[in-house]
Amino acid sequence: MTADPRYHRGPMAQAQSPESSLIHARGLTKRFGDFTAVDAIDFDVAPGEAFGFLGPNGAGKTSTMRMIGCVSPKTEGTLTVLGMEPATYGPLIRARIGVVPQEDTLDQEMTVRDNLVIYGRYFNLPRAEARRRADQLLDFVQLTERAESSVEPLSGGMKRRLTIARSLINEPSLLLLDEPTTGLDPQARHLLWDRLYRLKQRGTTLVLTTHYMDEAEQLCDRLVVMDKARIVAGGSPRELIDQYSSREVLELRFASDIVESLDGQLEQLLDGRAERVERLPDRVLVYAADGEAAAVAVHAAGLRPESSLVRRSTLEDVFLRLTGRSLIE
Amino acid sequence: MTAPAVHVFEHRLVSYRRTFRGSLFSSFLQPALFLTAMGVGLGALVNRPGNAALGGVSYLVFLAPGLLAGTAMQTAAFESTFPVMAAIRWVRSYVAMLATPIGVNDIVIGQLAWIAVRLTMVATIFVAIMTLFGATHSPAILLAIPVAVLTGMAFSAPIAAFSATQENAEGFNMLFRFVINPLFLFSGTFFPVGQLPALLQPIAYVTPLYHGVALARQLSLGTGTVSEAILHGGVLVAFVVVGVVACLITFRQRLVK
Repeated sequence: MTADPRYHRGPMAQAQSPESSLIHARGLTKRFGDFTAVDAIDFDVAPGEAFGFLGPNGAGKTSTMRMIGCVSPKTEGTLTVLGMEPATYGPLIRARIGVVPQEDTLDQEMTVRDNLVIYGRYFNLPRAEARRRADQLLDFVQLTERAESSVEPLSGGMKRRLTIARSLINEPSLLLLDEPTTGLDPQARHLLWDRLYRLKQRGTTLVLTTHYMDEAEQLCDRLVVMDKARIVAGGSPRELIDQYSSREVLELRFASDIVESLDGQLEQLLDGRAERVERLPDRVLVYAADGEAAAVAVHAAGLRPESSLVRRSTLEDVFLRLTGRSLIE
Repeated sequence: MTAPAVHVFEHRLVSYRRTFRGSLFSSFLQPALFLTAMGVGLGALVNRPGNAALGGVSYLVFLAPGLLAGTAMQTAAFESTFPVMAAIRWVRSYVAMLATPIGVNDIVIGQLAWIAVRLTMVATIFVAIMTLFGATHSPAILLAIPVAVLTGMAFSAPIAAFSATQENAEGFNMLFRFVINPLFLFSGTFFPVGQLPALLQPIAYVTPLYHGVALARQLSLGTGTVSEAILHGGVLVAFVVVGVVACLITFRQRLVK
């Protein structure tokens, strides 16, 4: 009964692709009927790194994650995970990865511990071993006291932590997290980040999707920005900021009656001091290497903004520049 | 069963632990109530010397095996609808399983195996109650337990396949109202199919419950021929086989996208 080949690591299971990438994708495409969810994307994830997919809702992040997780077959292109083809070795790959899905799939009426033990059984762990790991993981995510509680009354943050604990029951070398902290309060998010950081330090490769820039900056060594099914940029958070934004941003707020009259004026008077000026309904953003100098120039020209603020460029500036400001639903 | 399918089965078992007290209790209560009301109570009015339509036995003895098969059908229909929908959509246990080495075929096999075990529990309790009521004439009644399980599975497999195509529980209400309840009443459970209008009789013959009832009754009364039994059993097996194949298709369509 336990002779099922899926639970044994055949020679293929250890074979790495030549590039020693944990995940290797070229021209990876996913279509649902006429709709293209993922459009010929290329990326590689190296062992031990934390890799992020950033993008607005509907950009194709989850479809990509589901293909990596070997639950959704690709339409076209090349994909190897842990050196293996998902179409052929799906169960073998899934045996070695952990998955934190976007929506929890916990069994609400089972106890917290039973949720972990039964999930361990899916990986063919002996019952005693599954229980041992469950207790260890409950400690790791600070849920030991709730072990005998059912899942249903737990807070959102606790459920998320339980889902992460569950994803670790098979001691995966690769952990896939689809929007791990969406909908959580700041305390819960920071606790989760801390736990993910510890996993990374232990050598677990993390692949996550998020639309929180601070999360991407906190966790990711490298990330790609997805928009409309394609990858539009990639690199470390620092590289992306350097490439797609200025060093600093000057945020100016004007009384609404003079905003109209500023058309073109700011660009002129900031000539050479600003890389780009962006007008939003409520404020003007001046992307500049030296934000303070730009602010001085604005005041010297006799303009009196209601407020002005100089800050460093963030990943959010990159994100909005690359994916636009219009709401995508 | 493959190892992953065993773990799917295990999940259903762990889930069942929560509700098994109530579930076991009603497995005892249901047949006891029915056999008392219909078999003993109504039976007193039906029993007349030389009632040939019932094959010369008391109404209780006639009714009990039919009710056994009918109960197996109802249990099977319930276990193959709401729990399957829950595992696909509401609790999403199948979705969780598919992120692990477990595959769609394992889910189908494990789920149906669990339903078969549930049916065995229900049928065994039913036969025990029947025996207590003196509602059987033959030790072959023990064979009516696997027959009841087979009857249940002849419904379970196709219904589970149907459940995997549904978006919500509305279709289930239709299924119970227009398929399960009429079959329960008109498949020879409470009266011989021969009493039905001639036009309706062929419909009864193509439904699995008619064959389940007939086979269970043969075993309980110790009557009928082997070739009849093979025919009834063959129809039931055919429904199971077609249903399992349908499950493998619809579960995959639903769960792998």
